[in-house]
Amino acid sequence: MCTYQTEMLAIKGSGKGPNGEWLRLTDASVYVDHPFHATATHTVNIDLRAPAEGPSARVALELHPAEARALAETILRALDAVPPAVLLAG
Amino acid sequence: MASDAITAETVMIPGDGGETIEAYAATCHDDAPRGGVVVIHHMPGYDRESKEHVRRFAAQGYNAICPNLYWREAPGASPSDAAATARAAGGVPDERLVGDVAGAMTWLKALPNSNGKVATIGYCSGGRHSWLANGSLPLDAAVVCYGAFIIGETPEGLPPKPDLAHLATSMSGPILGLFGNDDVYPTPAQVDELEALLADAGHPYEFHRYDGAGHAFFSVDRTAYRPEAAADGWDRIWAFFDANLGG
Repeated sequence: MCTYQTEMLAIKGSGKGPNGEWLRLTDASVYVDHPFHATATHTVNIDLRAPAEGPSARVALELHPAEARALAETILRALDAVPPAVLLAG
Repeated sequence: MASDAITAETVMIPGDGGETIEAYAATCHDDAPRGGVVVIHHMPGYDRESKEHVRRFAAQGYNAICPNLYWREAPGASPSDAAATARAAGGVPDERLVGDVAGAMTWLKALPNSNGKVATIGYCSGGRHSWLANGSLPLDAAVVCYGAFIIGETPEGLPPKPDLAHLATSMSGPILGLFGNDDVYPTPAQVDELEALLADAGHPYEFHRYDGAGHAFFSVDRTAYRPEAAADGWDRIWAFFDANLGG
């Protein structure tokens, strides 16, 4: 099924987009739905976007659900593993 | 001998509100009168698979067109980028879908070899849209392939979709429904409810349900592909269009 779900958040960072160009990312969309390219019926889709630069200014991920959860947990583990002062330094 | 030549190309058509939108069309060179098919793409967009279906219908003898439902949000963008942008902008409103399908229907009927008959077909969200269009426009047939959230409440946590049960009493063309019995949206019980709505309304329909198939069983590039269900489904579609778009 198409879930119509779209979780959105503002972000700050960089990502490598189309043609190997770096983008200054401002927005992210996260949703579980049919992928465009992956072979699974449903994937965790993450669009890291720079909408001011047009629709193609994005880094797109389509991850199988279990791996997406593992990735999310890994991100949290990595964040938790460094001294808080490192994160505060920006 | 009839010509089997087709032309497949991007065209611009008037969509909802008369706004010009992009569409992908495949038209038959043979000048014998024939019906047309509006292919309604699914949420991942105006993609290669949708365009392949457009050409498949033309190769079978029907003029076909797929309006790019995301043209307004991302004109000229790649299909996946357009889908991402449209999604972030809130998706396609039901009213706009109806207007875009109406534009595609009008375009098909204006072709010199049109017999004036037009059907819709859609998969997943496109299946819901095919139901919506057939309940809102004067169509000659509609195919609904595993459309979810046509009726009933949307599960908690997901954006609510308007319930389209009321359209069962205002359907125009007969409906062909194709569903997988392993699907969870719609479940077999939800397909039963949909079928009951049409039966109660006295509207002509035929539903076919496949064991061992779930959602997206027509999708050849996905693990959900089920060749037996898909092959039988295509046979059902050809028979249905032959009966309702011919002459």
